[in-house]
Amino acid sequence: MDNPHFAALGGMTLEVSDAFGEATAVVDPSNIVAACAALKARGFNRISAVTAVDWYPREPRFEIVYHLHALPKNGGKHERLRLKCRVGGESPTIASVTSVWDGANWYEREVFDMYGVTFTGHPDLTRILMPDGWEGYPLRKDFPVHGHKYDYAENK
Amino acid sequence: MPETLAAEPVVDLDESLADALRPKRLMTLNMGPQHPSTHGVLRILLELDGETIVGAKPDLGYLHTGIEKQMETKNWQQAVTLTDRVDYLSNLSNNLCYALAVEKLLGIEIPAKAQWTRVMLAELTRINSHLVWLGTHALDIGAMSVFFYCFREREEVLKLFEMFSGQRMMTSYIRIGGLALDHPRGWDKRVKAFVDSFPSKVDQYENLLDNNPIWKQRTIGVGFLEVDRMIDLGVTGPMIRAAGVNWDVRKDEPYSSYDKFNFKVPVLHNNDVFDRYKVRMIELRESCSIAKQALEGMPEGDFQADAPKVVLPDREKMKTQMESLIYHFKIVTEGFSVPAGEVYQPVESPRGEIAYYIVSDGGNKPYRVHMRTPSFGNLQALPALFDQKLIADSIATLGSMDFVLGDTDR
Repeated sequence: MDNPHFAALGGMTLEVSDAFGEATAVVDPSNIVAACAALKARGFNRISAVTAVDWYPREPRFEIVYHLHALPKNGGKHERLRLKCRVGGESPTIASVTSVWDGANWYEREVFDMYGVTFTGHPDLTRILMPDGWEGYPLRKDFPVHGHKYDYAENK
Repeated sequence: MPETLAAEPVVDLDESLADALRPKRLMTLNMGPQHPSTHGVLRILLELDGETIVGAKPDLGYLHTGIEKQMETKNWQQAVTLTDRVDYLSNLSNNLCYALAVEKLLGIEIPAKAQWTRVMLAELTRINSHLVWLGTHALDIGAMSVFFYCFREREEVLKLFEMFSGQRMMTSYIRIGGLALDHPRGWDKRVKAFVDSFPSKVDQYENLLDNNPIWKQRTIGVGFLEVDRMIDLGVTGPMIRAAGVNWDVRKDEPYSSYDKFNFKVPVLHNNDVFDRYKVRMIELRESCSIAKQALEGMPEGDFQADAPKVVLPDREKMKTQMESLIYHFKIVTEGFSVPAGEVYQPVESPRGEIAYYIVSDGGNKPYRVHMRTPSFGNLQALPALFDQKLIADSIATLGSMDFVLGDTDR
């Protein structure tokens, strides 16, 4: 529970937990870039993944999940952290952390593609896996598993 | 006469010729989606200034099949079959990663025999994947015969998988709670024959390539990128180990009793295509040694955990004991429930860090499964790897990344 990295974040963490030996902190969306920059300065030189969970119909609906990794280049102690931000509303928006780690780029595009969460300040926020003209966000819980009809010829 | 020949117009012509040859504008070249060197369907938009690449934009999604969405509709055990199909060259690594993550949520203990079998099969998977990589990578660069040698041994590995699981590729052999089946009859002789003969086969591959002048010219010093940039972009696996980073999930965050095995993590420092090849060659030998250790020290015991709510009961017990019959009925009809929570489980796949982030809401189906796949992370470094390099080196660089597009697109 008393994770030194989260303690260093001070008032930025809203909730802290440690289940299965995995330290998790919930951060206010307005603080995400500051929190990530502070953690990068503490050795978290790598972002392993960014993803989201849709808790429809709960509001705020989306949890944006960041998996951080401290990778010592010459061997040493590896540490992992999880940060979460809750966003919701008509047009869920959060600041991009690509300014902290370039590696967040494609993961944020994937979350945008699959959940329709906008990352402000992202250098190239376009769909990454679905076709450009696709309507809807496939991993949202209210998107049908069977999909919908899509005409590839018309949506070049 | 010499005076007239040396007259001014000749010099003018030279200059105008040089001017005409100088590229005035960039050329956009569309590579793929059906380009053979991408080993799948990947499109790369290249911006060329003459022979030099000044911009590369990968376009993915051609193999997107919505596996993560489908997983939310299957019950926990059924979803194992989808993990095979993510990365079709390292099926058992994906099986293992998913099973470990769900077992962490369930809090069940896996017997030693199942753990060691998992290690053995995961290492055979690494051999399988690296052999396909080596064969196709050498083929891309022009060394055709390596491909046939590699596929000769790969066939043996696939036969072993078939022996264990009944399937050559879509094994689904590692299940939540242990293994799908007990060891098949005569498995140890077959595995022993393979691990005993394999190191000499690796010598054969190295004989074909290590001193081959064309291979060396096309790989040494090609595909360099600063190591900090690689870490920042999320590159993992053999690529990062060829850049001098000593990181292997098997060593640093051991799972499935990898800490009981004796193996080296190869680390090289030149960070070029040749070193990525060398790292994988050393890994082939190490994987073979781990598989051999697992074979020789295989513990006795059960192949499934003692968790009646999760693991199907023995047929004999199911027919004779009321309690087992009820468990059998419940598991077959509705599956089992997993306590609410979330886990992130990393595993070292042949390509790098594969990690499943699984969220359970307490139901009999996964609420959310995110696959952090190594190919996706590694491919993200492609624009940086290509930048300001020659187009002729792009194929060697692409091959050295060893991505599987099923793994990037999911």
